[in-house]
Amino acid sequence: MDHNEASVERPEPVVTPDSAFFWEGAERGELLVKQCSACQRLWHPPRPMCPACHAIAMVPARMSGRGTVYSWAMPIHPFPFGFSAPPIVALVDLEEGPRLVSNVVGVDPRKMRNGLRVVVAFEPTAGGRAVPVFQLADGETV
Amino acid sequence: MVDMPKSAIVGIGQTEFSKNSGRSELQLAVECIKAALDDAGLTPADVDGLITFTLDGSDEIGVSRCLGIDDLKFASRLPNGGAASVATICHAMSAVESGVCDVVVIWRALNERSQYRFGQPAARGALPTGGGTGFMEWCMPFGAQFPASWEALTAQAYMHKYGVGNEDFGLVSVQLRKHAATNPAAWFYGKPITIADHQASRWIVAPALRLLDCCQESDGGVAIVVASMARARQLRQTPVGIFGAVTAMRCNNETITNYYHGADLTRLPISERVRDRLISGCGFAPRDTQVAMIYDNFTPQIYLQLEAFGFCGAGEARDYTRDGNLELDGRSPLSPNGGHIGEGYIHGMNLVTEGVRQARGTAANQVADVRQVFLASGMAGAIIGPC
Repeated sequence: MDHNEASVERPEPVVTPDSAFFWEGAERGELLVKQCSACQRLWHPPRPMCPACHAIAMVPARMSGRGTVYSWAMPIHPFPFGFSAPPIVALVDLEEGPRLVSNVVGVDPRKMRNGLRVVVAFEPTAGGRAVPVFQLADGETV
Repeated sequence: MVDMPKSAIVGIGQTEFSKNSGRSELQLAVECIKAALDDAGLTPADVDGLITFTLDGSDEIGVSRCLGIDDLKFASRLPNGGAASVATICHAMSAVESGVCDVVVIWRALNERSQYRFGQPAARGALPTGGGTGFMEWCMPFGAQFPASWEALTAQAYMHKYGVGNEDFGLVSVQLRKHAATNPAAWFYGKPITIADHQASRWIVAPALRLLDCCQESDGGVAIVVASMARARQLRQTPVGIFGAVTAMRCNNETITNYYHGADLTRLPISERVRDRLISGCGFAPRDTQVAMIYDNFTPQIYLQLEAFGFCGAGEARDYTRDGNLELDGRSPLSPNGGHIGEGYIHGMNLVTEGVRQARGTAANQVADVRQVFLASGMAGAIIGPC
């Protein structure tokens, strides 16, 4: 657990009709969150109706990719399948508001901390798809 | 002014709690149901309602076919996994007090150690899909693949906010293993632990959860019988009245991957709502009771729930625990059977049966002068007591 390298066989996301845009966006290098076209609110996890105004017109909006780590943890036993080292799993609060489950990569777990400023990157899955992960933002230090 | 309960728990039954039951989940289910009916002085012919929750591997047809239940009027299967365990009391009470049913059986039976591993990831390529499983869709590709990894993201936020260490979570584990050590039905009967034992157990999810922060994986079955108070008065056992039983769900709440309900995950607004509904509905607050049966899937959940249900203030649960309040002779004795950590993990339901024994005065680790017992599983709560 002394380093945290990219997964070589990262598991595939479970893609549903309401989430396909998110994973397809990741394959293009875009971090997308569904936005209500009527009231402009952002919602994640995505859903087919805006719970605030009940509009059906939910449109993917591209996020800046900048966020901060709210909390984090390293699953060690049982060892997560598809990973070559225990990953740092984190809740990342995007600067636009939504919170995502993701990984922090390229950071020594011994120096990991809450509040770290991070920026999105993308990593491949075993089946050739992609997922958004986060690395240290420019100028951020651990 | 507290109203007298209109319905009561009249029977409880259970199998042994083991790591390898050697028989089917359906057999465990019908064994514990028959035991609960025997305890009540009822027969399967009296049963007209069945309740369990979503992950149970036995179905209502199978249960009816084994027991010869021939006139079922009501069956429900509740959402939210173990959080449904106390919600079953709310449903059974509603079915009885509305007049739909005379006798409702609640069951939960599982071989979650010998047949499958509840605490471990699904096999590669066998990821379940399905509605509302945010932990599958949004966590699996990131290596958060088992319950402890989902829980840890909330627990670590609590550690960070209040300066709590993993050794502080160990206080809960030591307390529950102390209770289990004197409960002959507990898997860890005669096996108390120390904080040093807790700290020597391996990391499951660093820096939040070690092995001894996790509940067990158990095989076993538990059943409960609910009837009207009028019927209860004619039966074998002291009626354990249901003063109040409530359940709550909110937009953006999930069960164990409960990350989206607000900025601060160290609060449980859903449990605060359960507390407030109990107080307004039956006049008892959770902290007014003499025994607290609180769902312990992982040690940090006890801290979060103690605070949300109002036993202590925000960030005070470590001190509340360290000061002895959860001891059998403390202010809020916690799960005197040893809970899921010490006795066994029958998905919440063995906490309900222990609450009933405490109310009857027949528990292995009996708390003195029990008038009300608090049952809690995060999204649901109940106040029961001898009547």
